[in-house]
Amino acid sequence: MMLTGNHAVAHGVKAARAEVVAAYPITPQTQIVEKLAEFVSSGDLRARYIRVESEHSAMSACISSEACGARSFTATSSHGLAYMNEMVFWAGMGRFPLTMAVVTRTMAPPWNIWNEHTDLLAQRDSGWVILMCSSAQEAYDTAIQAFRVAEDDRVLQPVMYGLDAFSLSHTAEDVDLMDQKAVDEYLPPLDASKLPVHMDPDRPTTYGNMLGPGSMMEFRYVIREAFASSKSVIKDAASFYEKATGRQQVGLLEDYRCRDAEVVAVAIGASCGDAKDAVDSMREKGIRAGLVRLKAIRPFPGVEAAECIGNAKAVAVVDRDYSFGYGGILHGELAQFLKVPKGRVRSYIAGLGGRDITVKDFEGIMTDALTKAEGAGDRVDEVWWGLNERGLP
Amino acid sequence: MLTIKDLPVEEYLLPGTAACPGCASALSLRIALKVLGPRTIFVIPASCTSIIQGYCPKTSSRIPFFNTAFASTAASASGMVAALQIKGVEGVNVVGWAGDGGTADIGIQALSGAAERNENFIYICYDNEAYMNTGTQGSGSTPRGAVTTTTLRGKMERKKNMPEIMVAHQIPFVATACASYPLDFAEKVRRAMSIRGLKYIHLLSPCPPGWRFQAEKSVEVGRLAVATGAWILYEWRDGVYTLTGASRGLLNKGARRPLREYLALQGRYSRLSAEEAKSLQDDLDKYWETFASRLEKSR
Amino acid sequence: MGEKIAISKACEGSSGRTGSWRVKSPVMDKTKCTKCLLCWLYCPDAVIVRAKDGSVSINYDYCKGCGICAEVCPAKAITMVMEG
Repeated sequence: MMLTGNHAVAHGVKAARAEVVAAYPITPQTQIVEKLAEFVSSGDLRARYIRVESEHSAMSACISSEACGARSFTATSSHGLAYMNEMVFWAGMGRFPLTMAVVTRTMAPPWNIWNEHTDLLAQRDSGWVILMCSSAQEAYDTAIQAFRVAEDDRVLQPVMYGLDAFSLSHTAEDVDLMDQKAVDEYLPPLDASKLPVHMDPDRPTTYGNMLGPGSMMEFRYVIREAFASSKSVIKDAASFYEKATGRQQVGLLEDYRCRDAEVVAVAIGASCGDAKDAVDSMREKGIRAGLVRLKAIRPFPGVEAAECIGNAKAVAVVDRDYSFGYGGILHGELAQFLKVPKGRVRSYIAGLGGRDITVKDFEGIMTDALTKAEGAGDRVDEVWWGLNERGLP
Repeated sequence: MLTIKDLPVEEYLLPGTAACPGCASALSLRIALKVLGPRTIFVIPASCTSIIQGYCPKTSSRIPFFNTAFASTAASASGMVAALQIKGVEGVNVVGWAGDGGTADIGIQALSGAAERNENFIYICYDNEAYMNTGTQGSGSTPRGAVTTTTLRGKMERKKNMPEIMVAHQIPFVATACASYPLDFAEKVRRAMSIRGLKYIHLLSPCPPGWRFQAEKSVEVGRLAVATGAWILYEWRDGVYTLTGASRGLLNKGARRPLREYLALQGRYSRLSAEEAKSLQDDLDKYWETFASRLEKSR
Repeated sequence: MGEKIAISKACEGSSGRTGSWRVKSPVMDKTKCTKCLLCWLYCPDAVIVRAKDGSVSINYDYCKGCGICAEVCPAKAITMVMEG
């Protein structure tokens, strides 16, 4: 079926038999919630659709519906995600295993509806498993796998997954849909008795009242343990899904031609398709390029990425995000894991505000990395790719 | 009309809460739980009740409380209702129990949304007329003239009229109540349980430390609020207003006690000049005239 | 991993033995009591205990001494007395 990334998510959520959808529209996520509203209205998806009046309310509603044993879903983007930030933490710290699609979009001002990853990455401290998709097919597959990861009793944490604004959310490709019986086998109904918080009127408990310094760290440690298990849960979810569909799945990351690579690019999301083309064209020219596409951001697959990268001569971390006063978020998180000397792990800031990162850009970035890595020593260079060419309006 | 004997003897709010001595909201919570019974889930936002219920892993409530963030009460309750519905669980009362802050201010958006969607739950606002849990800061529900830590010369602005805002949302049932009239309150809770859609009850909850009066006067203060007309007990259903309990017969100004008798009991009004007090009385009289014609027209 | 930490169970005294808060203590004169149950109705802390015969007594473990019962009693059967 020809589906945009947004519609692929909607189909995945429908296949996963979500029971409560509470969502608020925001460009470029809108088609996810509209499609789900259609499915609920036609009866294709047997769920309650709560037409909430804000994203904060969307997350609030999903949290309590999950607590009552209903598989819950929402979707948002940039400002909607920021608005619900309080409740994103509530879901993570409270251990409510719902899922959410985030169409990654630039934070304002000025208003900018185009692609950037800062919104998604800014949530990385919230106790959610965070994944990033790179194709409509992967968006569909991830929508289903996300519930399985969230509800696994080794995790029991919420899961969010990103889709690049427009280049994925609104770009159509041929998506293989799973047969419903196969999905049901892969993803059984939510077992509410496993939930850390279950508001069962027949077994009254109170949740969330004051917990003092004497016990809080222990509760947070439980969440830490959940994340320690999450890597294998994500890999299991992917491999079982692969078995069920016959389609190759990515678990924590994708290793594209890294084995003997002298320069490795690291990136997330849909741009990785272009990055792979750049890797291929460079290889044709005799440069041993490779790409690590991170699928998981939380848990952070630093150890796994380091294995792929090995002793490459140069690493080009491409961040379509920025943490002011610090640098590219992915670069900062990855560098500490690599065996590669500091100066050879170069930071490339590209595509902020939705600016295109083309195949040529990736070629240029990897070439630049390979050239400059040699003499860098301990100095870590941060390059805002393409900045000088365009200038200010 | 409910009598004392109609209320179950069984306690659902157990002794040993963290409520201040004389807390009218704790009294009202105790009464509400008796009426609602065990097949009930409460949604509690940040508010006095967050603390009153006790420290984890203990709670005073035998009925499940789901604690949520300050702004979230009505959204959280909506989610709960949706889940119970899709799971085919019937006969569970979902109740949002929020203070005036979580209702009239930070919580009003979610409440308005839930009202527009006519979600099937009971929303009870216990109104102690300030952010009492955080130490008596002014809220949208603080009355004009009252001193709080952020309205140090007495609040200049009027109290937000939440019951009438909810009437404007055209939900199936709106009522006001007062902690000093627990049977009138219980009656309204019981009525709300039998109606589908969003039911809103706004309960005046006198607060000894916040309003500055001795704890034992808690019931008397609430009674005077009603007797002076500062607080009106009524219901609004199917477009019709009905005065209830001790508010009946108070349409006649002569039947209402002078407002100063209510104000005199409370330290938060001690800064009022005679002029300001008269202005409050005039305001109140004017409001009663408007309210009376609204009542008339609705019949 | 399904640790049910941060779940609370109902019990008396969730906030301690609140009877220790008292400054004044209610003392009931059973001879004056008409068993109207208004004290029971108005106690915010559910410390007025109803016996089968309709009489009432006070649970001093948790009574905070607010004095509402003394105020609402129509028979003036309850007096507030300084603690200790």
